[in-house]
Amino acid sequence: MNEIALTSADRFDIREYLRLEMFPHFLCPGCGHGLALRALLWAVHELGIDKDRLAVVSGIGCAGRLSAYVDANTFHVTHGRPLAFATGLKLARPDLTVIVITGDGDGLAIGGNHLIHACRRNLDLTCLLLNNEVYGMTGGQVSPTTSAERYTTTTPAGNREPTFDACKLAEGAGASFVGREATLQVPTLKNLLREAIAHKGFSFVEVISDCTEIFGRKNALGNSPEMVLRQKAGMRPDSWGNRVDRPFRPNPFPTGVFVRKELPEYRELYDAMTAAARRD
Amino acid sequence: MTDGLRNLQGNAACALGAIAAGCRFYAGYPITPSSEIAEWMAAELPRVEGVFIQMEDEIASMAAVVGASLGGMKAMTATSGPGFSLKQENLGYAIMVEAPCVVVDVMRGGPSTGMPTRPSQGDLMQARWGTHGDHPIVVLAPHTVAEIYTETIRAFALAERLRLPVVLLYDETLGHLVETVATEPPPPEAVVERRWAEVPREAYRPYAAGEDLIPAMARPGDGYRAHTTGLTHDERGFPTQEPAQVAALLDRLLGKLDRHRPLIERVETVEAADADVLIVAVGITARAARAAVRELRRTGVKAGLFRPVTLWPFPEGRFRRQAESARAILVPEMNAGQLVLEIERLAPDGVRVRGLPRYDGEPVAPDAIVAAARELVG
Repeated sequence: MNEIALTSADRFDIREYLRLEMFPHFLCPGCGHGLALRALLWAVHELGIDKDRLAVVSGIGCAGRLSAYVDANTFHVTHGRPLAFATGLKLARPDLTVIVITGDGDGLAIGGNHLIHACRRNLDLTCLLLNNEVYGMTGGQVSPTTSAERYTTTTPAGNREPTFDACKLAEGAGASFVGREATLQVPTLKNLLREAIAHKGFSFVEVISDCTEIFGRKNALGNSPEMVLRQKAGMRPDSWGNRVDRPFRPNPFPTGVFVRKELPEYRELYDAMTAAARRD
Repeated sequence: MTDGLRNLQGNAACALGAIAAGCRFYAGYPITPSSEIAEWMAAELPRVEGVFIQMEDEIASMAAVVGASLGGMKAMTATSGPGFSLKQENLGYAIMVEAPCVVVDVMRGGPSTGMPTRPSQGDLMQARWGTHGDHPIVVLAPHTVAEIYTETIRAFALAERLRLPVVLLYDETLGHLVETVATEPPPPEAVVERRWAEVPREAYRPYAAGEDLIPAMARPGDGYRAHTTGLTHDERGFPTQEPAQVAALLDRLLGKLDRHRPLIERVETVEAADADVLIVAVGITARAARAAVRELRRTGVKAGLFRPVTLWPFPEGRFRRQAESARAILVPEMNAGQLVLEIERLAPDGVRVRGLPRYDGEPVAPDAIVAAARELVG
């Protein structure tokens, strides 16, 4: 994953994958989600996926709004339910590449149960969880991934709850592909997403993103470039081992691919079992 | 199976009716007294190359149904009261994005966990108003096992024709009652297929409709690359808060019911033309009412039955005409008085309306209806 292919950047024109009539977009200045979307569409481009056969399903929240900007078959569904919706869509239409975009609130709080079971089932979906530590859309409330001590509108004295490690959850629930990257290095994130989408089975990718306007401002974390650079201090790629200094980000996060397993894919198993039943 | 007759419980008839209607996707979650529908679908769907999945909860199963529907499959889920409460979120989404699907609610005693194995008609109003916001919905209320089979087929036809979720509502008694059913393949006109968009992409507007108010759907993969959102949207499918566009969307969604009333409404009447006392009842209670009408007529009381098979939208016109000649109306139901509210709203001036509620987990008996009717006109 340390190989960073920059060459294809020349040929990747993000506008070919966007609904330009939807612009200007509604994300705040400095929001990390645009970088994540760029990495995703770049990965789609490199994989040569036909836009007509691409489905992007998203839930509610800032991350949930991203699907509307993608020039594909897009579904902006109910809060926390994009994985459940995508399960039905993919089962009905195995010919589509189905990518789910969710956030830390959408995917880990209200939609946590669906995430667990999507990991367990191993249906061929790719899930991007954009983690910006906060409910941005509703004005900056505490989320399951808000770091310790951070201020939000619902933790006026600082957050006291432990944070959620989404990747460990996904691994524990049985996901056959689990990885994490940050918006700091878009090409690296793109490479991870490319591998996740190409993986047969359920792929889970957590993207460390930043909410500058609300979370950053509330916690005096600086402007957008400063926040993105701050990610660097928190990142601990497994391959770096102990070569980095102790990070000063409250929750140091390893990056890279954590799980890559070949497991039977749900629909293929279902088809094989039901074909056997039909013969009986 | 073409020779037809089988002894089946209501829930089995529902599953077989769904498959006969072309349902090829079922997502559900176990709940008494509807679980047999899931069990039948799990066994039967693979035979017709359909897909069954048991999801992690009721919310997920409704979401998966909408996903499969927008992917192009006829899709269904089934539940009972506690699960029906959880379905409401994505039922509202299905209404907003106009995803055809069928939701079965096999009613049990409530509120809350209530009585899982006892019958009730406590969800008549929830079926109409369970999800938030102004919305259209169609609710069908069969009263025999045979009718569960045919109304399930009709539910799919209406869902596809109207691009709307259709609720099939019956109680625990009917779900578990075994009767003889003719499980013949439905006639071609009873099965409605999806109307897919066929115009060039540049000319396609996902939520633009003609006179019938029903837009053609974009099938993923056909090149339309449409956007689907639960946010209030314009004809292109993109979010809007522009008052004129908001009003246009809601006018069209709500207008579907009136525009297609003749197609949606179904009513059965028994000796209603000259009835002094008109009994209005749905589902299993209508069977007790039918017996009561027979007994009342035998003893000289001019009684009749008005049975809405389509419960919502309530067949208002048919009911008003029928009620004009009545002196009194009796509304027996297995709840604390829900249908009676609609009847009070619609009854002509001067016609007495009385409810006959029962909510102790027992069905309303014919004797009770006979006694109440005699008291009303006696």
